[in-house]
Amino acid sequence: MISDDIREIITVVLVLVSALMCFAAGVGLMRFPDVLSRLHAATKPQILGLMAIAAAVAVNNATIATFALLTAIIIFQALTAPITAHMVGRAAYRSDHLRRDLLIRDELSDSVDRAEQDGAPPAPHGTPPAPRDDRPSG
Amino acid sequence: MSPESGGRRISARSQIVLFCGLVVLWCLLWGQFTVLSVVSGVVLAVVISLLFYLPAIDLSGRINIWHTAVFLVRLLVDIARASLDVAWLVIDPRYKPSSAILAIALDTRSDLIMTWTAEAISLVPGSIVVDVDRQESVLYVHVINVADDDGLEDFRASVFATEKRLVMAIGSVDDVWRVNQPNELTRSVRRGRN
Repeated sequence: MISDDIREIITVVLVLVSALMCFAAGVGLMRFPDVLSRLHAATKPQILGLMAIAAAVAVNNATIATFALLTAIIIFQALTAPITAHMVGRAAYRSDHLRRDLLIRDELSDSVDRAEQDGAPPAPHGTPPAPRDDRPSG
Repeated sequence: MSPESGGRRISARSQIVLFCGLVVLWCLLWGQFTVLSVVSGVVLAVVISLLFYLPAIDLSGRINIWHTAVFLVRLLVDIARASLDVAWLVIDPRYKPSSAILAIALDTRSDLIMTWTAEAISLVPGSIVVDVDRQESVLYVHVINVADDDGLEDFRASVFATEKRLVMAIGSVDDVWRVNQPNELTRSVRRGRN
């Protein structure tokens, strides 16, 4: 097995990586300009941070029970975090909480326009219901 | 295959797989794989699938272990790399906000593959699925930190690559054929319709 010193070093590195990721998420929340950009900072790097913490725990407590529980934790975080981001992002887009001036291309609004031109009721999935004015939010 | 019997057989097999998934999850939560935990898991899985009935997921019935491993390893690498990218972006003093929302028309016609693709690209920092058009298999993805069209096309290509890896791993035979065709034939791109 690995010696205690090496284990300590691995643990320290992993915990530091994880802390850095959480720090980045916090700063990102402050610095990024709109909801969609902030979501990137707020929901994503923690997955790596969580994996690093889980790995640190596993290195220090290498039993099957720990591995099993950590696996379940990571799987559920990995499955649910994107859903959260998606739901918030979708709500933000529909309620116009985004800075359109920062988008260099917006193909979603193209298809919203197209759906409205077709005169059909918007598709059940995928297009916001109401016509929006393009005022810059903020 | 005939639609009736084939469909029913596939969904029965899918249900067995999902049932086993529930039992394994129960064992993971207890952290032990003993007779007691497996038996109690089976009992609980039966109760849950009867009480909380959901429409059956149509698994493709095909899995390729090698391609699954490729997909998972690549996903991990992508997560690590992209997390560091976003972390750097956050503290980079020269960061200038510039993002885009792309409509990405996937090859697949399977809800499950579309969901997994959306999950996988959302899990990788730097992209969020903002909206989904299920009928046309289109994902609307918000991409952070893209400066020009080249960057956008690179990102689009990376989503297609993710989808392809996923389809090679667990997609149906039909979808595998589709992702290996030239793009113009299979993707429901509706550009230039106006």
